[in-house]
Amino acid sequence: MAESRLAVRKTYKLYIGGAFPRSESGRSYLVAGPEGHPLANAALASRKDLREAVVAARKAQRGWAAATAYLRGQVLYRVAEMLEGRHAQFVDALVAGEGLTGAEASSAVDGSVDRLVWYAGWSDKFAQVAGSSNPVAGPYFNFSIPEPTGVVGVLAPQASSLLGLVSVVAPVIATGNAAVVVASEAHPVPALELAEVLATSDLPGGVVNVVSGRTAELAPVLAAHRDVDALDLAGAAEGTEAELEAAAADNVKRVLRSRRPGPDWSAEPSPARMLFFTEIKTVWHPVGV
Amino acid sequence: MVDRGRDPARTGGVPPRGRNSGLADVARSEVSLRSFLLGLPGVDQVGAELRAAGLGARSIKAAAKLWAIDTAISMVDLTTLEGADTPGKVRALCGKARRPDPADPGVPPVAAICVYPDLVPFAKAALAGSPVKVASVATSFPSGRACLPVKLADVADAVAAGADEVDMVIDRGAFLAGHYGVVLEEVQAVKESCGPARLKVILETGELVTYDNVRRASWIAMVGGADFVKTSTGKVSPAATPPVALVMLEAVREFADVSGTAVGVKVAGGVRTTKDAIKYLVLVNEVAGEAWLEPDRFRIGASGLLNDLLMQRYKQRRGAYAGSQDFSVE
Amino acid sequence: MAPRFVYAPAPESRAVVNLRPSYGLFIDGEFVEPIDGGQFKTENPSSQEVLAEVSSAGLADVDRAVRAARRAHEEVWGPMPGRERSKYIFRVARILQERSRELAVLESLDNGKPIKESRDVDVPLAAAHFFYYAGWADKLAYAGLGPGPKPLGVAGQVIPWNFPLLMAAWKLAPALATGNTCVLKPAETTPLSALLLAEILQQADLPAGVVNIITGAGDTGAALVAHPGLDKVTFTGSTEVGKQIQRRLAGTGRRLTLELGGKAANIVFEDAPLSQAVEGIVNGIFFNQGQVCCAGSRLLVQEPIAESVVEALKRRLETLRLGDPLDKNTDIGAINSSTQLDKIRALAASGEAEGAQRWSPSCTLPERGYWFPPTLFTGVVPAQRIAREEIFGPVLSVLTFRTPDEAVEKANNTTYGLSAGIWTEKGSRILHMAARLRAGVVWANTFNRFDPSSPFGGYRESGFGREGGRHGLEAYLEGSLDG
Repeated sequence: MAESRLAVRKTYKLYIGGAFPRSESGRSYLVAGPEGHPLANAALASRKDLREAVVAARKAQRGWAAATAYLRGQVLYRVAEMLEGRHAQFVDALVAGEGLTGAEASSAVDGSVDRLVWYAGWSDKFAQVAGSSNPVAGPYFNFSIPEPTGVVGVLAPQASSLLGLVSVVAPVIATGNAAVVVASEAHPVPALELAEVLATSDLPGGVVNVVSGRTAELAPVLAAHRDVDALDLAGAAEGTEAELEAAAADNVKRVLRSRRPGPDWSAEPSPARMLFFTEIKTVWHPVGV
Repeated sequence: MVDRGRDPARTGGVPPRGRNSGLADVARSEVSLRSFLLGLPGVDQVGAELRAAGLGARSIKAAAKLWAIDTAISMVDLTTLEGADTPGKVRALCGKARRPDPADPGVPPVAAICVYPDLVPFAKAALAGSPVKVASVATSFPSGRACLPVKLADVADAVAAGADEVDMVIDRGAFLAGHYGVVLEEVQAVKESCGPARLKVILETGELVTYDNVRRASWIAMVGGADFVKTSTGKVSPAATPPVALVMLEAVREFADVSGTAVGVKVAGGVRTTKDAIKYLVLVNEVAGEAWLEPDRFRIGASGLLNDLLMQRYKQRRGAYAGSQDFSVE
Repeated sequence: MAPRFVYAPAPESRAVVNLRPSYGLFIDGEFVEPIDGGQFKTENPSSQEVLAEVSSAGLADVDRAVRAARRAHEEVWGPMPGRERSKYIFRVARILQERSRELAVLESLDNGKPIKESRDVDVPLAAAHFFYYAGWADKLAYAGLGPGPKPLGVAGQVIPWNFPLLMAAWKLAPALATGNTCVLKPAETTPLSALLLAEILQQADLPAGVVNIITGAGDTGAALVAHPGLDKVTFTGSTEVGKQIQRRLAGTGRRLTLELGGKAANIVFEDAPLSQAVEGIVNGIFFNQGQVCCAGSRLLVQEPIAESVVEALKRRLETLRLGDPLDKNTDIGAINSSTQLDKIRALAASGEAEGAQRWSPSCTLPERGYWFPPTLFTGVVPAQRIAREEIFGPVLSVLTFRTPDEAVEKANNTTYGLSAGIWTEKGSRILHMAARLRAGVVWANTFNRFDPSSPFGGYRESGFGREGGRHGLEAYLEGSLDG
């Protein structure tokens, strides 16, 4: 019979610019399971960490947007592959963190993998569906194409810490945006584990940045940050949206409001999220000899 | 080739790109000519047509219209270029040219009569003592499909018969084949044969098709010594159009900036109404500039236009419309 | 020397316009006196002549208009089949065409813009917008915006003074086609064409309350956008006011479309079709006296041709004809208001104070009215106010660049992102540049072209949402993300 062995606990850090730093503040917070028992310590990100994440996202975004849609699709599919490969680990994390049954957790991981595959397939079709050639009344060729909005701040859903997270991050990056994600405050572990998946999935560093911490502390910083182009309020606490939206107006951010009650993340989505985080660019050119 | 120019890159006009060369260098070799022409800024068709249409929408009324009508009359090259032309037809036209409206001596004479070379002597005789010039088409007009000696003989014949002005056609075949040097040398040779006669170089823009070509051909003609660049023979459709005139007027303005020499523009074919003529005058005024608003620098080759100008003149002065039989038909 | 060819005045006749001495608010299908508003005067900016007295809607009037729109949405316009809505909108388009002369003259009188622009651009495009969206009303299921598209309900729409009728059309046509009802607030200084449009809607027998038009100043607009009875707010105007509205709507769940300011770069490469580029630069900044959100107010010209382009521009500007907006030969009309004129003057003065060189053609400004000459600033550097702030007037700042990368960097170095221009004969470069410019509309070898089928709208602080085209429907339809 094997001797009992002391488990090695994992330290969870932030994911910024493709690296895994600790919070510059040196702070961390205790992540508890559904019954209140301690699960892990997560880094408690500061305003400065968030700022670094925005810088990293801005730096990565241009190259990511310039990559071919085909390549972005490949990368997203690779993320799906890697997630599938770590299926059991994520099931454990959800069972421990959210208190799901094994079957529920397994279904959430399946759903997350499938969602990634769904968006992977969208990356090189979205422009065809969202774009158009416009029959203007004159000798001009005129076309409209969707382009990424830029850097999107994402408050990840609080309850659905993996499927909800994947459902809001995948549409942001599928179209060429970069994301700064504030993980579910109570259940940050799946997001931080996902960061490891992303880091090993050919996704360029900085395209997705994940910070853990107090949503109430980080959200206003993200909302007011003038180098953030859009904001997804999925994980905003009820009652804070008005303040966040108002702060976001300072640089006319596109703000995707949170729904009450939150959406059923297991339902098949529409392209609407991709549409929301893209800008339509219209180009005119004369037609002549 | 005489150096007609300053350094184009130093002028306010549109400088040629590439090597920093004066106009003398342009004509030095086929290579330099070609690189100069292909280095001219392109003409965007849609933009050029939009600009011409915009100027065509100017509303010329009252005193401005009267002035424009008389100015247009004085710029008409009254033209007959038919196989059926006879001395009688030419004499009739000359009468009209000297005094377009017998009932109104205030009407200015036209600028010139334009005929085939063999009819120049009759025109010359009929216009003796009048300020109206005699222009002769030449160089195997209208196709220009003959060898150079034949073309030069055609020119010499017209000049010998007393033509004040020679309207040559460029070799469009050579131009479209990219043999720009051939086109240039022909213009230079004809210019030499013209002696004192002024040379109008017909580009036949309807066969050149693109505005880029119109611009390049204008420059070849001007570098070759043209006194006027002229749109068309009148035998090919489309003939003169406002955007073609726009491109040519820009070219002469730029050439004047570069060389100090003002070349004129002649629109020919398709100008039938007073409204058309006034549109061209607006183009001249706003594109080349008002210095071009005189018969030495702008001409309209036409036949039917003159009577329409007279009818509109009558209407402007008397407030009532003239009848179709009030003016002579030649 | 006196000019040879002096164009005689060619004024369009004012007789086609029947101005009433005073106008009420257009609510629930009829013109009514305000309950708690007042009256104000609208003037001709080219002469300062008072054109008419117009009503200013107060809070109670705004409320009445929103209620009328709600009732019309629930009882008439919402339930109406798309094909019937479609025919109403087609009918409005036709009447706009039939009364185009009248609309054009009125627009030029109230706004100060040249009649050739109101006649050839504003009015025909307004009619075209109604035509375009009329056809969508019964085809929404095919717009690719989800199954069973539903209207939002009641839209509050606040429009600017630079294209009064056209902006009304941009707002109303897609809203009506998608089954929404509207409360439209025209700009304080240009209410008249919208009020004539109200008469046209009556003439078209559009059901009462489907479109309500309430005139007034900024406080009327503020009251409208804040009204809780709205489902949708659309605003075209300054970025400053746009931000206020976005803040005001924070937390309300009401949908918002903003079309705000701009500071567009018009980029001219050395291989550009130069004559057309010069025209495009002129059209880009002097169209509508530069009072255009997408105006090409920053000319970025490649250094080798900078001098010759400026010279060619100056020559061209000398031919611009400034004066009576009703004269068919006028190229540059009046500035819309004394307030706007003051802003333009102040920014132009800052340009000089900060060291840029100012130039204007030799033109005489009329004594009465609000006028500003076409103005060029050379020697402009990016750090000057005239290179960064929206002037909204006939003032062009000329900057230079050396490489395509530098052009992109300078063009994008702004908080705005509405439009941009590229001039080059090289096709691959156009596509390269177009992909990198952060702007909602990119004009290549042309500028300031508009079409109802072509989506228009900004990136960044130039706003969000699109107007025009299939994309313009999205702003007025319920989406899967609406909670």
